[in-house]
Amino acid sequence: MGEVDAEGDLAEFRREVRDWLETNCPPEMRDGAAGEDAICWGGTTWTFTCDAQKTWLDRCAARGFTVPTWPKPYGGAGLSRDEDKILKEEMQAIGARSPLDSFGIWMLGPALLKFGSEEQKLHFLPPIARGEIRWCQGYSEPGAGSDLAGVQTHAADQGETWLVNGQKIWTSYADRADWIFALLRTDREAKKHLGISFVLMDMRSPGITTRPIRLISGASPFCETFFEDVEVPKHQVVGTINRGWDVAKYLLTHEREMISNGGNVMGSGRALGAVLSDSETGESDPVLRGEAMRAEVDSLALEMTLERYKDQAEGGQGVGDASAMLKYMGTELNKKRLELEMAADGSAGLTWADTAASSWLRTKANSIEGGTSEVMLSIISRRILNLPG
Amino acid sequence: MAKLIQTEEETLLSEAAHGFLSKSAPVSRLREMRDAGKRNDPELWQEMTSAGWAGVLVPEAADGSDMGHAAAHVLAREMGRNLTVSPFLSTAVMAATLLRQLSDEATTEKLKQIAAGGLTYALALDESAKFSPEQVELTAEKRGNGYVLKGQKRFVVDGCQADRVLVLAKSDEGLCLFDLSNKSPGLTQKALEMIDSRDAADLMFDDVEVSGEALLGEVGRGYELLKPALEAGQAALAAETTGLAEAAFALTTDYLKERKQFGITIGSFQALQHRAAHMWCEIELTHSAVLNAGRILDENPEQATLAVSVAKARATDTAQKSVQEGVQMHGGIGMTDAFDMGFYMKRARVAAEWLGDYGYHAGQVAQLRGF
Repeated sequence: MGEVDAEGDLAEFRREVRDWLETNCPPEMRDGAAGEDAICWGGTTWTFTCDAQKTWLDRCAARGFTVPTWPKPYGGAGLSRDEDKILKEEMQAIGARSPLDSFGIWMLGPALLKFGSEEQKLHFLPPIARGEIRWCQGYSEPGAGSDLAGVQTHAADQGETWLVNGQKIWTSYADRADWIFALLRTDREAKKHLGISFVLMDMRSPGITTRPIRLISGASPFCETFFEDVEVPKHQVVGTINRGWDVAKYLLTHEREMISNGGNVMGSGRALGAVLSDSETGESDPVLRGEAMRAEVDSLALEMTLERYKDQAEGGQGVGDASAMLKYMGTELNKKRLELEMAADGSAGLTWADTAASSWLRTKANSIEGGTSEVMLSIISRRILNLPG
Repeated sequence: MAKLIQTEEETLLSEAAHGFLSKSAPVSRLREMRDAGKRNDPELWQEMTSAGWAGVLVPEAADGSDMGHAAAHVLAREMGRNLTVSPFLSTAVMAATLLRQLSDEATTEKLKQIAAGGLTYALALDESAKFSPEQVELTAEKRGNGYVLKGQKRFVVDGCQADRVLVLAKSDEGLCLFDLSNKSPGLTQKALEMIDSRDAADLMFDDVEVSGEALLGEVGRGYELLKPALEAGQAALAAETTGLAEAAFALTTDYLKERKQFGITIGSFQALQHRAAHMWCEIELTHSAVLNAGRILDENPEQATLAVSVAKARATDTAQKSVQEGVQMHGGIGMTDAFDMGFYMKRARVAAEWLGDYGYHAGQVAQLRGF
């Protein structure tokens, strides 16, 4: 009986969502576009590509649909996973673009929801949901890559404030972000994991400067970020002082799931069969065809695994360390797919005129960013298989 | 679709199967069977039948428990872990799935006998060294009320011990499926010395006369009738092979934690740790594909081809990787007959070929995905 009611409620919810989308999603936002050119990142530096993009963001934000599963007081719509899935299906059905994407939504939001104080949640989450404040992530440093807990950017205790000095690297969109969440060393004497705090900083604070990084794939959103005598109020620490590693670990798990779950797993979104038949030579190469078939089988099995883990998470079993597997398998498979696409394109894919080459080169970072494949394998080996050392 | 996690009932079933098989039918039972020169284990099948496993896909109206494909996969996975020898796949999964599509009295009687453990089946499928079920040269010629079967089938699993045989034959009116006694005059079995020590045979049909009742379903529709049984068998074999991969991997990780060289356990070497971690990832993906195939076979069997082929392709590949890594990481002892890894390796190779190898199933996937 309860199940029938629940199904009835979901059908009713689907009708509501469909009507709402029909009325509120501007026609220009229904072109099914995804990827860098279609993304709305929000924030004070953001220039809307057209009026419809702003309208779409504002309407979704008013309804809580930029962060559908967040609780209502923090700018969300309080949807269950089933409802969220329906919303996504209905949006996909009309080719609706995502109204807002940001590191605030993907990373800081989940961390604040779990570790933030009530004041912090009420202060920081709604502007993320409305797309008013854009966040960037300050984790890696030149000397702290895979060994992230080795961060040295220092926050000196000055009573009411921290005085921050040091350098972050690989801060995506630091040059466009309004605020940064960063891992700072707040105790140099403690063991390295126990002297780190998770700190929020206004990027307009005096002493913060940024410089973009050029990658093998061309211009990139990555920056170096420098901190020189930056004053930060103490209440901008999330969670307990010196226990920022707990927050970071939680966020990294979240980030891994996102990297394996997002566009990176599916590559360009095209089935490999279509890639081969669209290419000049791919169809006729039996070796390429065989490798593509193998990659297709693996992609489907990975999709089923994502589905299984979501079902597990909903049943109360966290994915936990298995997210390392999703990150590892997802990114390695994505690199493989792009290699196959390049091979299928032949010499036609070798110029910068085509975006294929830069996409292919960019995927090489997938198995480095957010924890390298080797770090993922070590996590699995130690925490899941309990192998020594 | 139902969730891709085990239900409470499936967990109980898996625990019960694990308890029974690890006690009554561990790998040592296969070793004893082989050393005694036997190819099957009828006593064990009777015990499994008493537990209700033979009727897992038999309708309740024919005295089965009708628990469904996902439940059958739970059992098959445990059998894979223990390398259990039984006619479970041929009889309880494939023959039952095939026969339950028909509703006549004679068929119901056969299903009852399957559930009661009184009847076993073999499916005579291959005519060449590779699985290609629609390529049939064995002929069925109409004679009077019945037919005369002429030709050969190869690698018929359970072909010596089975009471009855299901065989696809080519007639003037298309492919026809027959159900006949394995003791029919003119039908001879040539037992094969299989590397996995199990029952398989080449079957020679030398003017085998069968009555009209031996024809199942409609003339010319034999493959349509067979296909659901093949998919059920492929998925269950994928489940068995996944269990095999898991067990071989468990032997390997145990060994990594215990074996010492250069004064330390070899599991502390990163080169081996990463290979083991990668293997774990492969098994995770394959396990998901098997769960997915079970759910789809239970809920939407007409749409199961893609899910089944992903599962069989993945399981074939994963099991072979698991046993190959298993032997290599064990070093010399992994090569010895006294150690069990070889049994896992041989079964993985046979299971890879039965009901379609990696290439066959990846080909199915490619076709359905627009290659």
